Order: sequence, then structure tokens, then C-alpha cells
Amino acid sequence: MLPEIGQFSLILSLFFALSLALVPLIGYWARNRLLLEMAQPLTLIMSTLVLVSFVILSVAFITDDFSVLYVSQNSNSQLPIWYKFSAVWGGHEGSLLLWVFILSGWCSAVALKVRTLPENVGPVVLAVLGIVSTGFLSFLIFTSSPFVRLLPDIPMDGGDLNPLLQDFGLIVHPPVLYMGYVGFSVAFAFAVTALITGNLNASWARWARPWTACSWAFLTLGITLGSWWAYYELGWGGWWFWDPVENASFMPWLAGTALLHSLAVTEKRGVFKSWTVLLAIFTFSLSLLGAFLVRSGVLTSVHSFAADPTRGIFILVLLIVLVGGSLLLYAIRAAQVKSSVSFGLTGREAWLLLNNILLTVLTLTVLLGTLYPLIFDALDLGKISVGAPYFNSVFTPVALLLIVFMGIGPLSKWHNTPLSVIVGPCLLSMVLSGLLATVLVLWCGFGLLAWVSFTVVFWVVCLSFFDWFSKVSAGSKGIIPRARQLPRNYYGMLLAHLGIVVTLVGIVLVSINSHEAMLRLSPGDSASIAGYEFHFDRLEQIKGPNYVADRAQFTVFKAGDPDPVAVLRPEKRMFTTRQQVMTEAALDAGFTRDLYLSLGEKLDGAAWGVRIYVKSFVRWIWLGGIMMMLGGLLAALDKRYQRRAEE
Amino acid sequence: MRKTLFFIPFVFFLVLGAIFYLQLGKNTQYMPSALVGNKVPDFKLVSLTTDQLVTQNDLPSRPYLINFWGTWCPACHLEHPFLIELADQGIPILGIDYKDNKSRAEQWLAQKGNPYESVLMDEMGHFGVDMGVTGAPETFVVDGSGLIVYRHQGVINTENWPVIKGYLK
Repeated sequence: MLPEIGQFSLILSLFFALSLALVPLIGYWARNRLLLEMAQPLTLIMSTLVLVSFVILSVAFITDDFSVLYVSQNSNSQLPIWYKFSAVWGGHEGSLLLWVFILSGWCSAVALKVRTLPENVGPVVLAVLGIVSTGFLSFLIFTSSPFVRLLPDIPMDGGDLNPLLQDFGLIVHPPVLYMGYVGFSVAFAFAVTALITGNLNASWARWARPWTACSWAFLTLGITLGSWWAYYELGWGGWWFWDPVENASFMPWLAGTALLHSLAVTEKRGVFKSWTVLLAIFTFSLSLLGAFLVRSGVLTSVHSFAADPTRGIFILVLLIVLVGGSLLLYAIRAAQVKSSVSFGLTGREAWLLLNNILLTVLTLTVLLGTLYPLIFDALDLGKISVGAPYFNSVFTPVALLLIVFMGIGPLSKWHNTPLSVIVGPCLLSMVLSGLLATVLVLWCGFGLLAWVSFTVVFWVVCLSFFDWFSKVSAGSKGIIPRARQLPRNYYGMLLAHLGIVVTLVGIVLVSINSHEAMLRLSPGDSASIAGYEFHFDRLEQIKGPNYVADRAQFTVFKAGDPDPVAVLRPEKRMFTTRQQVMTEAALDAGFTRDLYLSLGEKLDGAAWGVRIYVKSFVRWIWLGGIMMMLGGLLAALDKRYQRRAEE
Repeated sequence: MRKTLFFIPFVFFLVLGAIFYLQLGKNTQYMPSALVGNKVPDFKLVSLTTDQLVTQNDLPSRPYLINFWGTWCPACHLEHPFLIELADQGIPILGIDYKDNKSRAEQWLAQKGNPYESVLMDEMGHFGVDMGVTGAPETFVVDGSGLIVYRHQGVINTENWPVIKGYLK
């Protein structure tokens, strides 16, 4: 009975979403206040109904209701309870429900804040979100309902959750990532509202900024989690693979980063108006594109769901209606906007323009690399694949250039920057960072690439410090009171920029200073890699809740030190229900290095193929991600936005 | 002039949409192979069941499938029951046990049934390299005149079988 209620509640929510898409818009054109005011209750009812469906599906998983097809395909009675819950988004149907659930969450958040917006803006924003919701709800209901029943032949037990997904990283990765993806629909809704109402002034940018910063923070964390998960779970020891679906999450991040900066210019100076609107549309479109690539089966990837052509057609139509519609609206409306403010070549506007150009280039680079095989195939030119070499060689120089300018940008002033403000700190930083990098590179014996990267790293750190120092040392008050007066927005930016640099340190060191070895080891053997001694103690058979495993035990010593550094227990798991073998790598995480051990194939006798990595500074990659995320949240929580809410 | 500039994103998107449409429903598992239209490369492999040396001269003269598999390959577990169904329909399948170990392969066939006319051991994967295999499972269709006509990457199932079957003549 419950699953039917879940399905019914979804269908009802579609009706409310449809009304939400229509009623406020009619109210806007008919200038009817009552219809406009309907937007808030309609949103809240729609969201509540989606919540009901989501809870019902979760209950079906937790109570092992295998009469529901989706549950029987993605769960098993032996699955631990937290995986039963996360199995809700383990397949296509449920993850789409999660997507819709998160979308409705963002809609309600906007609805609850709707009073802070002018009375003819808020409802239109909600109506645009209603259109987006209608699209996704109908996709869910018509092509991928998670509530389909298997009656009357109810299976005794389920087919189990894909073992790759039985992991903490996978409990949190999709929801956080979707929070980011879907969150950009709010910025999109503000941009489309600006186009519909013709109010393309600075105000929409001001409203959209905290929402954008918040979704950007979630997307950053989602990508970071995904990278961390791939690192320890896939058993390859890599942290980024330029897989089409990784790219699909990276592109909205790049475009969203550009949007974040461009919104600042539009809000403060009223320039780049039409460009910012276009970026908001792009960012959301790239999120949708990600959904399309994963769910339509046009590209093969480790992330792909089972492909189904009807779903592909449906989501393509959705893409065309939402993206095509908004771009058409843009083409008609944005041409009427005139930017009246001019700015100088050294003004902050110019620096942010440079930021936007470089980020757009980066986004297009990734887009081209991701879609190239597809375009090639569609034109029947054959099959090709674009791999890491393309991305690394095209992406890296532009990204480094961007980071160099990232150091200077914050020093600049709106409209025109006196040269004295920039030249002094830049010269000093250049000398200082060059020296520091030279010392570091010579001391560690690294090459030219490391020197360039570390110069850039120190450059940003020095300039950020100069900038902060010049802000707190001006005036008569002491440094600490002034430092506390600086807005959260500023500290958010500082933190995010330093996060980029921390990630860069991780990327560079892990790629030039890591050691790996593929060895053939039997219990009792030991191997020495990068100053660490790995001793293979023993191998044992263990039994987990839904798998059996071979588990090896290694003790690691640092050369010359009798105390062990770590005991590592990598496993080879055989999941009994799906007959699937999974490698469970063992890790000893450290601030400056990770020891990473994974079991390969069992060779003859007692010998195993063992892969050992010593990865230096790999944690910094994700540490930087977390700093960026916190920076984004700090910016979203700036007091300026809260004050406006109270007014 | 300025006005038309604003249509660029829209037009760009329409082109992209058209490409997506063309690509939808295309068979992403079909893989081109330089071997299509050629004979199976020369080989000398040991049969898993009879321990005899087998060469290209021992290949069947009627149309058949060459299936690369291994006990280490999770997708092969999925594919196996369908191969048994095909064998029951009388379709000859030559199995290549790819980069695998003999005792485990024997155990696998004893447990799950043997759909193969004969199984050859390619322990070092040399034959796989000659055939341009990138992973398992992978299946080649060889026609009655001994020429390779199709290469399929991934699991064979009821959905993609009709396409593969079309080449089997």
C-alpha cells in the first residue's frame, strides 16, 4: 500500500509543480496579486509531497520491501542498514528521486525567503523553479518511477547494492553533489526572471549571489568527496581521471566559479549584465548536461546508469525546452540591455573580466574534450577517445595563468587601480616567491615544472597576505579590530583562493614525488619503497555481512626505525549475491604522505600481486577543496545578505 | 548586427542538441576492429579440456563466436548464463580464457556449466593482444569463410544479441 501512496504523492506533486509553473506567471502578466501570492503555498505543498515520496521509498528500503522492483534490484536483506538507506540513490530511479527531492528543498528555501524580494519578482522566480520541477517530476514519473511493483511473484531477496556503492563516500557523495548541481537552478531562476521581467539591473545579481555561493560550496564539496572516494575505493590510487562524468561535474563548477565572480561585478558596478545572465544559464545547463550524459547512455563511463533510449529522448527534450527556451529568451531580451558604465584597463572589472575569460576557456576546453568523441561518432568519422594527455596539456597552462592573475585581482580597486597599489606588492612577491621556490626545488631536487608551480603558489600566498595586511594596517585602529571588521565575504574569498593553492600543492607533489611499485609478494616477504619497509605478515580469510574476503596484513616500518609506522590490511572482497569481486585498498593517511596498498591478482602458490604507493601530499588536494567549500559558505553567510533579509 | 550576436548561444546549443539526438540509441558497445574482414591471426594455444595444442587450422568451418572471458572478470559472471542459452540453441562458441589460471577456470566451468565448444588458455594474454582485445568480456563474430566480421565489447545479452546474430552467417 505504501509504495502506491508514494507514487500517488509524486503525481500530485507534479500537478502542484505545473500549477506553480503557470499560476504566478499568469498573475504577473495579468497583474493579479492574489495569483502571485499563490506561489509560496504551491511551492511548499509540492515540496512536502516530494518529501512524502522520498520517505516512503526510504521506508521500503529499510523494511526490505522486495515487492518494489527498484528495491529488489538495489538492496538485499543482508545489507547493513545505513547502506539500505543510501541504496535509495544507488540506481537511476532513486537517484532521480533524490535529485527532485533536493530541487524541491531549494524551491522551499527560496519560497521561505520570498518576502525579502519585490512582490512581482519572488513569485516569478518560484514559477521558473516550478517549470524546472515540472520537467524533472515528469521525467521521474513517466520514464523512471521507483515505485513499480513486482506482483504477485515477490522475490525472496534482493539483488544487492552494487558493491562499489557500499561505502561511506557513496552515502554522502551524490546528495552533496546534487545539492550543488540543483542549487544552480536558483541562480538560473533569478536570471530567467530578470529576462522575463526585463529588470536586468544590478538587483538580481545581489539576490542571486548568496544562493550561487552556497550551491558552489556544495558542488565543491561534492567533487572533493567524489575524488576522495575514487582514490581509496577504486583501487587505482588516482584521484582524478578526466572521466566524462567527472568532467560533467567539473564543467558546472568552472562555469559556476566564473558566475560567482561575474555576479560580483554586476552587483557592484552594473556592468557585464547580459554576460552574467548568460553565465547563469550556462552553469545550470552544464548541470543538466551532466545529468543527460550519465542517464542517456550516449557516453560510456564508470558512472553510467543502465541506458534506456526512451529516457535519453525524454531528458534531451527536457534539455532543449529548458536550455533552448532560456537561450532564446536571452537572445530576444538581452539585446535590449545597454551597459552604460565604463571601466579602466586596470580596474577590478578588467581583472574579473580576465578571470571570466580564462574560466570560460577552461570550461570550453573540458566541454570539447568530453564531447569530442561523441561529435566524432555522430558524424560517423569513427570512434576515438580523448584521455588525460589532452586535458593535462591543454588545461594546465591556462589554469596556472588563471591562478597567477588570481593573486593580483584582489589587490585591484573598482574602476581604476593606481599602479602604485599593484606594482610594489607584485615586484616584492615575485622576488620572494621566486626565491622560496628555488630554495625548495633545489633542496628537494625537483624539476622545472615544480619550480613554476611553487613560484605560483608562493606568489598567491604572498599577495594574499599583502592584500590582507594593507587592509588591516590602514587607519588608526589596531590590526586586530580592523581584521575583525573585514566582511565575511572577504575572508571567504581569501580562504577559497588559498584553498586553490593548497590543492595545487597537492596536485603537483603527488604527480612528481610519488612512488609506486607492482610487486609479487608472499607472506613473510618484505619490500622497500621510498624509505618505507613493507612487511607482508600474513593472509587470512574473513567473512563480512554480505561478502567473503582475503585479507592481507602488512606492517610498515620507516627505514632505520624499529617501531612500525602503520599496519595495513588490504582486502579482496567477493560479494556473494552479485558474484562480484572488489578491491578494498588499505591506506595510512598522513598530512605529508599517504601509504596506499592494494591487492592485485592471486598468483601461484601463496604469492599475490601487490600494488604499493607512497603518495606525497595527496591529502592537500582535498584539504584545498574543503577550504574552498568553507570559503564559499562564508561568502554566502555574509552579513550584507542577512541585513537585507531583515529589512 | 548586434542583435544577431545574442542568438549565437542559442544556435550553438541547437547544433549540440542535434548531435545528441543523432547519438541517442546508438550502439556504444560496437567497437571497430582493424581485424574485420581478415582471418583470425595465427596462434598456438593449449586447450583447457584436452591439454592438446590448438592452432588456427583447428578452427571451425561454420560461423562461430570467439568469446574472451576470465574468472577474474565480474561482467563475465553476468554474461555466462546467456552464453549457456546460446550454446543450447546450437551456436558454436570458442572460449578464450584470458589472463586467467587453469584450476580456477576449470572450477568455474564445472560450477556454472560450459557453453564453449572448446576453451583455449591464453594465460599471458598474447592472443588477446593479437586480437586487439582491451578487456573482458569481448566477443568476435567469425563468418563461414573464416573472416572476422564483428567485434562487440561488453556483455552479450538479450538486447544486443539480435545485432550480433545478424553477423553470424
